[in-house]
Amino acid sequence: MMSDFLQFAVSGVTVGAVYALIALGFTLIYNASDVVNFAQGEFVMLGGMGTVFALQAGLPLPLAALIAVMGTAMIGIAFNKLAIERARNAPIVSLIIITIGASIFLQGVVQVVFGKGIHRLPAFSGDEPLRLLGATITPQSLWVIGGALVVFAALYLFFTRTITGLAVLATANNRFAARLAGIDTDFMMTLSFGVSAAIGALAGVLISPITLTSYQVGVPLALKGFAAAMLGGMGNPKGALVGGVLLGVLEAMTAGYLSSHYKDAVAFIVILVLLSVKPQGLFGLRTVNRV
Amino acid sequence: MSTETGRPLLVVEGLGIVFGGLRAVHDVGFALKPGEIVSIIGPNGAGKTTLFNMISGLYMPASGSVRLDGEVVTGMASHLLARRGLSRTFQNLQIFPAMSVLENVMSGFHLKEKGSLFADLLNWPTARSRTRAIEAAARALLARVGLERAAEREAGALSYGSLKRLEIARALALSPKVLLLDEPAAGCNATETEEIDRLIEEIAHEGTAILLVEHDMKMVMRISNHIVVLDHGEKIAEGDPATVSRDPRVIEAYLGVQQEGSHAGG
Repeated sequence: MMSDFLQFAVSGVTVGAVYALIALGFTLIYNASDVVNFAQGEFVMLGGMGTVFALQAGLPLPLAALIAVMGTAMIGIAFNKLAIERARNAPIVSLIIITIGASIFLQGVVQVVFGKGIHRLPAFSGDEPLRLLGATITPQSLWVIGGALVVFAALYLFFTRTITGLAVLATANNRFAARLAGIDTDFMMTLSFGVSAAIGALAGVLISPITLTSYQVGVPLALKGFAAAMLGGMGNPKGALVGGVLLGVLEAMTAGYLSSHYKDAVAFIVILVLLSVKPQGLFGLRTVNRV
Repeated sequence: MSTETGRPLLVVEGLGIVFGGLRAVHDVGFALKPGEIVSIIGPNGAGKTTLFNMISGLYMPASGSVRLDGEVVTGMASHLLARRGLSRTFQNLQIFPAMSVLENVMSGFHLKEKGSLFADLLNWPTARSRTRAIEAAARALLARVGLERAAEREAGALSYGSLKRLEIARALALSPKVLLLDEPAAGCNATETEEIDRLIEEIAHEGTAILLVEHDMKMVMRISNHIVVLDHGEKIAEGDPATVSRDPRVIEAYLGVQQEGSHAGG
């Protein structure tokens, strides 16, 4: 019984760590620009697919992963420069629709260039499971959880200990005042897209050995990440972490104790109930004055 | 404290803007030298804030030019103006309400740190010590405006008078050559107004040119070196406080209204 619970918890936290990383990507871009970026899932897909093909080209795994993450960051920056920044004065809804367009476009490009095949990355350090109180943990789960922790810790330090981090927060808090304080808010937006894309790609690299990857894995992941961000409170990195892990654990428990057919339904019902009580999410920011 | 020497830091020439056929500001010009305090006065709707908005890059003027330290900066974006040494405060406050008072001021130091992101990530100890140095500088500025005890509080929770001073502290973090203050004493009591007086004079004394819009006439007459009077968007008079307060056009357009007890925002 206990070992079952532990087993479900471990797989929940693993999936939840990936949701948390995707939610973090949503949150960073939302903070810098008010845009909900539905192409966030494609960054995850690009990370996984990029690594698969760099690996097939004969590169060692760490280098392949690095190239995929950096390449995806470049795509994120280009996406902001070429599509979002040019539509700067359009209503937010139009910008969100642009992100949906970008999502479809990126899927199409990957489908044409890399094909429709489903690919698997090798686990980073073997498939020999570890045993813990009757539950088994694959080494890859530890990579996923550890990777997410490192990303969140790095971002925490960035936001609380560096002036550039403070400038990003200032931009999120009051864009107009940020510009008056000499902050280049356009650069902060580009930075946010680059960092969000890199984080999404990293999530894709980490999870692909477990869930496999193909050109169409992005959309369902984006929906889960978006749900996690809403659950934790859009715009708050801590909310992304808690929301992601909570969603992952909810899903795993439902799949384990009820049926895996209901895991999405139960997770979304919990979110709906929570949001009807607390619309800003668990750690949502108060509304702030914007001009 | 009037500095008659030195070339002007801010030169405004023939500035004008039209809103829907109305000449909101027409052909206004003046110059600020280092250490000088120049006030813009005029009845409500005279175009004072519109003029401020053009100088600080929020409105693109239809005519005329703004030169900052010799460089033409007409209509330049606010963050670029801030980097060139022009900083301003707002009548209706522009702060970061969800951040601490200290962080609000620290963010003003950002521009001295531009382009350091990757260096920060690669050289963490240096980045940390630099952040600490900025924190110390920000605390010193807070002490200067009398907010050192509120450093850790959330800015949104401060009183209006304190927020006015916080905004000045953040503007000072940019080490501005020219500082535009939009009604710094509005909503402040007599003691606070005196403190702000003293602060403005100190800042000017250090060589910053100050352009002031203020409804408190006593304050304007006390601290200004030069006063520009606007009415219906046009400059109707200018000169030192004594000259301006005797000018019949000014008395008619502005001080006459003042006697009827007007004290509302403009």
